[in-house]
Amino acid sequence: MFDKSNKIIVGLEIGTSKVCAVVGELGQEGNLRITGVGQAKSRGVRKGEIVDTGAAVEDIRAAIAEAEQMADVEIRSVYLGVTGGHIRGFNNRGRHAIPSADREITADDVQDVVKNARAINIPAENHVIHVIRHHFIVDGQEGVLQPVGMLGAQIEVDVHVVHGVTNRLQNPIRAVKSLQLDVEDIVFNGIASSLAVLTPEEKELGVLVIDLGAGVTNYVAYVNGIIKHTGVLAVGGDHVTNDLAYGLKTSMGRAEALKIEHGSAVVGPGDKGQTIAISNDVGLPERSINLEHLRRIMSLRIEETLQIVAEDLETVGLIDYLRAGVRLCGGGARVPNVSRLAEQVFGLPVSVGRTKSISGLVSTLDQPEFATGIGLVKFGSFQVEKRVARGGWRTRLKSTLSRMLQGA
Amino acid sequence: MTEAENIAVGLPPVHRVPVIRVVGLGGAGLQAVAHMVQSGLTGLTFAVAHTDARQLAQCAVEPKVLFGGGITRGLGAGGDPDVGRAAAEADVEALRELARDQDLVILVTGLGGGTGSGAAPVLARAARDCGALVVGVAALPFDFEGQRRIQQAQQSLRQLKCAADAVICLPNQKIAGLLDDTTTLLDTFRVANDHLAEGVRGLSRLVTQEGLINVNFADLCRVVRGRQAESSFASASAAGEHRSREVVQKLFSSPFLEGGNLLAEAEAVLASLVGGPDLTLREVKHVMEQINRACENSQVVMGAAIDPSCTGRLAMTLIVTRRSTSDAAAAGEGKEQAEAEAPLVSEFPIEGGRNGLTLKEGNEPARPASRFVPPPPKLSPEQAQQLLANQAGTGAARRRQKQAKLRQGMLPLEVVSKGRFARSEPTLYRGEDLDTPTYIRRGVPLN
Repeated sequence: MFDKSNKIIVGLEIGTSKVCAVVGELGQEGNLRITGVGQAKSRGVRKGEIVDTGAAVEDIRAAIAEAEQMADVEIRSVYLGVTGGHIRGFNNRGRHAIPSADREITADDVQDVVKNARAINIPAENHVIHVIRHHFIVDGQEGVLQPVGMLGAQIEVDVHVVHGVTNRLQNPIRAVKSLQLDVEDIVFNGIASSLAVLTPEEKELGVLVIDLGAGVTNYVAYVNGIIKHTGVLAVGGDHVTNDLAYGLKTSMGRAEALKIEHGSAVVGPGDKGQTIAISNDVGLPERSINLEHLRRIMSLRIEETLQIVAEDLETVGLIDYLRAGVRLCGGGARVPNVSRLAEQVFGLPVSVGRTKSISGLVSTLDQPEFATGIGLVKFGSFQVEKRVARGGWRTRLKSTLSRMLQGA
Repeated sequence: MTEAENIAVGLPPVHRVPVIRVVGLGGAGLQAVAHMVQSGLTGLTFAVAHTDARQLAQCAVEPKVLFGGGITRGLGAGGDPDVGRAAAEADVEALRELARDQDLVILVTGLGGGTGSGAAPVLARAARDCGALVVGVAALPFDFEGQRRIQQAQQSLRQLKCAADAVICLPNQKIAGLLDDTTTLLDTFRVANDHLAEGVRGLSRLVTQEGLINVNFADLCRVVRGRQAESSFASASAAGEHRSREVVQKLFSSPFLEGGNLLAEAEAVLASLVGGPDLTLREVKHVMEQINRACENSQVVMGAAIDPSCTGRLAMTLIVTRRSTSDAAAAGEGKEQAEAEAPLVSEFPIEGGRNGLTLKEGNEPARPASRFVPPPPKLSPEQAQQLLANQAGTGAARRRQKQAKLRQGMLPLEVVSKGRFARSEPTLYRGEDLDTPTYIRRGVPLN
């Protein structure tokens, strides 16, 4: 860090279809600018998790090199996005009785109640990725933002915990580290995407962000400005391609091309009986494919995926709180008519999320696929701001040590 | 049977206990009925019918009917409802014999397999043809049994709703919610059978026991029939000082009522309360107030009876009919097939005044035409013709048998390749492998 003025933040997403590195520059006034993007086609990832380390490392190297070249910086550390079917989110509540005689809540009490809420029962092999604190509840009074100084007999707090299997989280970290890059932090991809596409007003109203990736579908629900629910479904665009390859009896590559060129999330009335002629290597017509079948197969798969998400939100009872509706991002948001299909499934207004709250390479970056990468940079910028606010390295080291000693 | 003769000559029946028979159909029905016999249900007679001779031989219940021997050779229907249906139609006379001289036939079966799904509508129709009222008590398969069985079960349930006077279903999946992870498979099925037995016991109690606030079969029919919606069933009993509170709590926590949520969206509720001679008005009031509060928007029919054997206890049975919302769409989609179905239904004509039972007087004018609206069984025109031809004469029946044999020889051996996900960890959701294309799991045809 020779340049003291601007801090470089890099987000790295090792996705199923592409590896994407986004470089952001945090100005002194806290303004974030995207200065570079590097992409590489991903070959070693299935359903959001690395299955071929060698290929994945090569792809990461390519993406990072491209981003470095574009932004003209040297990348040393990244914020790494993680996902996979093993990641779960749940809510936990911590309680703490106020011991002092005058019943005034002190900062220590607040620390204690948060600690109690963090003490959760997850399998030993799991690792907590995020703990998101909700509002405090003082003697049953909900929505308390700052309880210090209030009077009360009992303070409670809810936290949303996102956790995953440690070993499976380690795989992408190891792949990145093998390239002599540091991992600053790991971030759940769904949360990263939501940071990129949401405005504070939407979060306050209640909104659901669905990242329709190639390998997995991540979703995050905000209510009253706070993350209330997260989830991962290991079904994505790859499944659509696979269904098409099976149903139309064609190769994966051709199925992917057909999906992009002719796909749609709903079967229109005009699709019936239409055919698409596909040609072989030398350009001669080989066979024809029924457009209705293609769209029917796609529509069923995407509808099912969205239905599973909707069912999950109904089970946790959040679907009625999503007043700002649903935002879609990820490559799946590009499928024509997917918003219309999602509106039918959720019964809520649906739109494709846009990453507008960031300056820099706007025209290149305002694509649904880049939401996660940009969100990772944004997450990184929050961390940096927090650190600046918290003070220098001395205090930071002290707090880290004390946290370790407390075993939190 | 003297009563029957009395009725035949039109004498007014003075006092008469309805004759009830419980018929177990198919493998699940067999086990459930055997369980009921063991648990000592009284006041009823039992019978079983199956296509599988081996299972039938192991069952202790008499009388037994092996049907469809000519089609399945006594080896079961192999999970194919079409085979089950053909078997039942081939031996419809033997099945009809089971229902002869009965007032109420309770048809206990597990839907989703071959015999239960296929033969239940046929048996229900045959029993009604004999003049009995037919109530189906159907267990629906667990989620893990696969989408195909669930779809077969749903389709058969629709057919059974057309054929029987009432259908009460007990989704096995909801039983899974009652049990913890360590419960053995044996216990799971025992609990499922317990619930079926409890359902039958509750039904027979409703009809046979004279209540203080009487609920009879007419009331039962009013609640469950002609709604084109399935009914759910829950019962609970409690003893001790706080029994009235406990019994309501137990009912509301029952998974069959979805934790009491079902009550809120119920269209009609039949509540039957049984207590000992020490049952107080306060208790009845307390229980009914809570039930009424839970189902404000629905029609509640209540009954209370005294059973000396229930001293110190309070038992409550709820039969809840769901508001039918989704069925309108389902009815629409079945319209095309209505033509094929219509002659099938009229094959067993329903006379207006079959006999002079007091039990039935309330229902006869109210036989709703809407009974025939729900989606009919899915039959291609040639299948329907075959069915009709079969019912017309024995020559056709022989032809039919041959065809059925041929069909049984064809096994569904389609192996669905998972393509790119063949070697990755499967994504399972409610017992389904999401890596398999959706259109295959849902059975959407691409022609």
